[in-house]
Amino acid sequence: MSWILILEQSLNGLQFGLMLFLLAAGLTLVFGIMDMINLAHGSLYMVGAYLMATLTQASGSYWIGLPLAVLATAAVGMLLEVSILRRLYQRDHMTQVLATFALILISNELVRIIWGAQPVMLNTPDALSGPVDLLPGLSYSAYRLLIIGVGLVVAVLLYFLVTRTRTGMLVRAGASNREMATAMGVDIKRLFTLVFGFGAALCAVAGAMLGPILAVQVGMGENILILAFVVIVIGGIGSIRGALVGSMLVGVVDTIGRAFLPHLFREFLPPAMASNLGPAVASILIYVLMAGVLFWKPQGLFPARG
Amino acid sequence: MPGEALLDVRHLCKRFGGLVATDDVSLAVRRGEVHALIGPNGAGKTTLIGQLSGALRADQGQVLFDGRDISRTSAHQRVHAGLARSYQITSIFKNLSVLDNLALAVQARSGSSLSFWRPLKAERALFEAAAAVLAQIGLQARGDSLAGNLAHGEQRQLEVGLALATEPKLLLLDEPMAGMGPEESERMIALVLGLKAQRAGSDNPLTVLLVEHDMDAVFRLADRISVLVQGRLIATDAPASIKRNAEVRKAYLGDELDDAHGEAHGEAHSSHGAPA
Amino acid sequence: MTLFSAAHHRWLAMLALLGLVVFPLAMQALDQSFYIGFACRIMIYAIAASSLNLILGNGGMVSFGHAAFLGAGAYVVGIMMEEGIVSAWISWPVAVLASGLFALLIGALSLRTRGVYFIMITLAFAQMMYYLFISLKAYGGEDGLSLPGRSSLELGSLSLNLKDEFTWYYLVLLLMVLVLYALHRLMQARFGRVIEAIRENEARMEAIGFATYRYKLVCFVIAGALCGLAGALLANQNSFVSPKLIEWTQSGTLMVMVILGGVGYHYGGAIGALVMLVLEEVISSYTIYWQLPVGLILLAIVLWAPTGICGAFSRRAQHGKGH
Repeated sequence: MSWILILEQSLNGLQFGLMLFLLAAGLTLVFGIMDMINLAHGSLYMVGAYLMATLTQASGSYWIGLPLAVLATAAVGMLLEVSILRRLYQRDHMTQVLATFALILISNELVRIIWGAQPVMLNTPDALSGPVDLLPGLSYSAYRLLIIGVGLVVAVLLYFLVTRTRTGMLVRAGASNREMATAMGVDIKRLFTLVFGFGAALCAVAGAMLGPILAVQVGMGENILILAFVVIVIGGIGSIRGALVGSMLVGVVDTIGRAFLPHLFREFLPPAMASNLGPAVASILIYVLMAGVLFWKPQGLFPARG
Repeated sequence: MPGEALLDVRHLCKRFGGLVATDDVSLAVRRGEVHALIGPNGAGKTTLIGQLSGALRADQGQVLFDGRDISRTSAHQRVHAGLARSYQITSIFKNLSVLDNLALAVQARSGSSLSFWRPLKAERALFEAAAAVLAQIGLQARGDSLAGNLAHGEQRQLEVGLALATEPKLLLLDEPMAGMGPEESERMIALVLGLKAQRAGSDNPLTVLLVEHDMDAVFRLADRISVLVQGRLIATDAPASIKRNAEVRKAYLGDELDDAHGEAHGEAHSSHGAPA
Repeated sequence: MTLFSAAHHRWLAMLALLGLVVFPLAMQALDQSFYIGFACRIMIYAIAASSLNLILGNGGMVSFGHAAFLGAGAYVVGIMMEEGIVSAWISWPVAVLASGLFALLIGALSLRTRGVYFIMITLAFAQMMYYLFISLKAYGGEDGLSLPGRSSLELGSLSLNLKDEFTWYYLVLLLMVLVLYALHRLMQARFGRVIEAIRENEARMEAIGFATYRYKLVCFVIAGALCGLAGALLANQNSFVSPKLIEWTQSGTLMVMVILGGVGYHYGGAIGALVMLVLEEVISSYTIYWQLPVGLILLAIVLWAPTGICGAFSRRAQHGKGH
């Protein structure tokens, strides 16, 4: 295996990790500040991707479709919060799991009714459809570079928003101590709705960016949702920093593992065994990572609470 | 042997972040004595109880119990060694009857509970032992009531009863009078005195480490008193000497003693440990 | 305050059992044999859901990865059959033991964490199992494994034909009744009291001398092993095993069954399985979008009737937040 290949896979890992971070950030904030498990977070990602496909087609431009889809998904998220999720904050975690599980069933079926069971096409913008020469011998998809760029910009923006603005302070205060936020006289209800809409918007960005690479289809939100959960559990629930570190870890470990473990196994094991075992181990690598982290740090890498 | 140290705490330290909750505490509780631990709110009394019972890990120092180092053992192992605690905030099984609560504590010390077939109801011995504790704590009439339906004072009695049912050598009582009215406090005092008298002179006398804010109760019950202020032990002595100790009066006791003799008695109670 | 006393419960249970015994005869007489197999599926899921109810309802351990054990049990039977071992006397106990062993490993790690972390780590372990079987190309990989038939079962010189719908039905019924009875005994025994008390107040259980971690782990292993039995039966029922059995939605569905029926109620799992599968069957005969009404019903129940069907018929102290 060459350095070029390793570099390319690292970029893929970074790209995947950044998109995971967009999901994990919203999830961990909702988790931390409202003490709420929201399985339907993945549905917002799916809805974001579908809206992106429709709005891009309707407007004829990727660049018009993107902001519209993000805004529309944020609106959907806030609507969901005001109508249903708000009732779940005071309930136990099992109830939250079940209620949001029901929301997944409902949203999957609604999407199927509206857009049909077949995957929907979402194309990369024409200008970015080709590869770019990064280094001599390393050409990399321009669109994936865009994803990395957008991911980095959003991550930096999010960092400033959470650490440098008043709203961000409130959110962080809420994540580590809900009573305190209430005591500070914050309009918690509005703050929650806002945070939720914001999380939904991040979902939509991830869905819209990944749509052209992965298939836009029913159920697309669920696998990535579980990965996002792995991320925030590794990082420590409620911690944005933990979500970032966790996303990078999971993104890179997963991508690199899938790319290189089979090769690695072939060096040591008989080919038949290696071709069986390689993909198997690669696909469970991040779960092993998570189990390992929880074994030594049951509260994750950056515990936000006690 | 009465008189020797049953519990020997050596240089115990506990920090929470920057806060020092227990600062180099060394303390000996003698076999057969009622040893009171007093100090202002936030002095670290409950934290210390937590470290002794094994619910909290100490950062440094040793806990010796009955001649054995138990610093590294878990809470349930310490119970089996003969060290049981009660809680400041009532912590009983509210969905079980009073008798079932006590039977559960008896069950913990009598045989394995990896029993999957034989009905619990058929285990007469458990309930007989539980009934004996029920009588000790004076709740005979309430055996069949749901623990959650008891009055506050009765719940506090059951709270102590749960610890008692484990047959401890050392009873750690964390503010047993918390939230009680004068009448209920009187009953609790009688309960502790009765337990002590019952086992006095035997080779297995009851030893008590009592954390309490009710100074009247403390001075009636305690053989010796230790004073904890800001995580540090500033004195350990007989009650009469503690009362005269200038440092203790300055740091803590002065106010409390005045309160205990003034009109603010009831208020002093209500300031800590509201009914849970 | 219960609407039905214990005696009523016994009568109702007897009546239900009688109904279950005559059910296949009635269906055959009505020429509706399809429903015999359907009833078998319900009873198998009743075992699985009841095993989840043991840890979730009685023990307060919200496991979101219970399908892992269903899959483990099913795959053991499937793989052994593929390798030529068809005797139920061998493969079923192995399925139960293997699932119990998996539960021991998963539980030993997961039970170190609490709350949300526990929910997530159990989910992650089930996902791990899911991907493991997907990449197991030798046994069908993603497509799953079709089995040549059902296990063989010899009783002395008598060989039961499990392909016969009647024999199969009564065997599944017998096993379900045995499991439910064993769970009933367990909850009435010392162990059951300990498990329920740990759910109510774990710190106090430590403080009166119980090694709570160990009891929770034993409970988790029992539940895993029983679910493994359900898995072994399901492999036979479908003559097919696939990673779909371990999908996280399966774990979710098992949880839904438990809450539908009644968390912590003895028949909660069984009634939940019955209602859920019948609901699916009925609604899917009207619309291909059956998940929409099922989701709406589930949402309504979770929001407005959190005690489930059993809870609606008997009022007793409910569990609040924090378990």
